[in-house]
Amino acid sequence: MGSFAGSALPPDDVIVSALRAGDEAMFAALLDTWSRGMLRVARSYVSTDDSAEEVVQDTWLAVIGGIDGFEGRSSLKTWVYRILVNAARKRGARESRTLPWSALDQDGGPSVDPARFHGPDAALPGSWKEPPASWPTPENQALAAEVRGLIGKALAELPPRQRIVITLRDVEGCASEEVCDILDISPANQRVLLHRARAAVRERLEGYFRSVMAAE
Amino acid sequence: MKRFTCGELVEVITAYLDDALDEPSHAAVESHLACCADCGHYLDQYRATVRAVADQPPEKLSDRTRDRLMSAFRERRKP
Ligand SMILES: [Zn+2]
Repeated sequence: MGSFAGSALPPDDVIVSALRAGDEAMFAALLDTWSRGMLRVARSYVSTDDSAEEVVQDTWLAVIGGIDGFEGRSSLKTWVYRILVNAARKRGARESRTLPWSALDQDGGPSVDPARFHGPDAALPGSWKEPPASWPTPENQALAAEVRGLIGKALAELPPRQRIVITLRDVEGCASEEVCDILDISPANQRVLLHRARAAVRERLEGYFRSVMAAE
Repeated sequence: MKRFTCGELVEVITAYLDDALDEPSHAAVESHLACCADCGHYLDQYRATVRAVADQPPEKLSDRTRDRLMSAFRERRKP
């Protein structure tokens, strides 16, 4: 489950007044619930685990210092994540890992290889040549761990912008509007990045399940 | 009536799942899925992928950083 989806944090106004009043338990709960996803997102921008942790630390320090000025124009989570993304971007730029957010070039084109579909001269143009298989549900622990590892690798190899969007949406369970707000991108752009990222991971899983099913 | 080929349908799956398609396109996806088992399997794979991506191992701040942040909060927000 994503860090937010599974959490039982109270509404923003309750959290914000508790933080302003110096409620340590509330700060600890927030820290433990959100840092997991924040580390993952920071890691998409910077080159080492240590840098990612520093970015998250700087973000929380900024939150501690800035909570009195929080105006509630966005959700608290969006506000915190925007601070995080700005800090991570700056840090990433210093490490010369600049992400080109303006161009969509590497994210264009179909997400499934066009060779998988029949051409215009076929009886049913655009239909599957070889139908997608139904996948087994990995009940077995070892298999589930293998799938998790495979996905971790696939996520790490995605183009950075795709990786950040799929991390926020599918790993952390953010809503699409939140992702657009955090990253300052349009809904259409967000969707293209997410779609390509998911399709790339699906393709990896397809290759894996094909080999598992062939071995049985 | 709008129609999708299988190759076109796979490109609108994310928009379909996010309920971001216009009404005719949404209806066209549903009617394609109603009679195309292959795309049904693709959609199942796609959903399984989204579920599997959510299942990444949890990350954790180091105790050192966590302690530092807790004391920064305590110092700064001293009631
Ligand atoms: Zn189809």
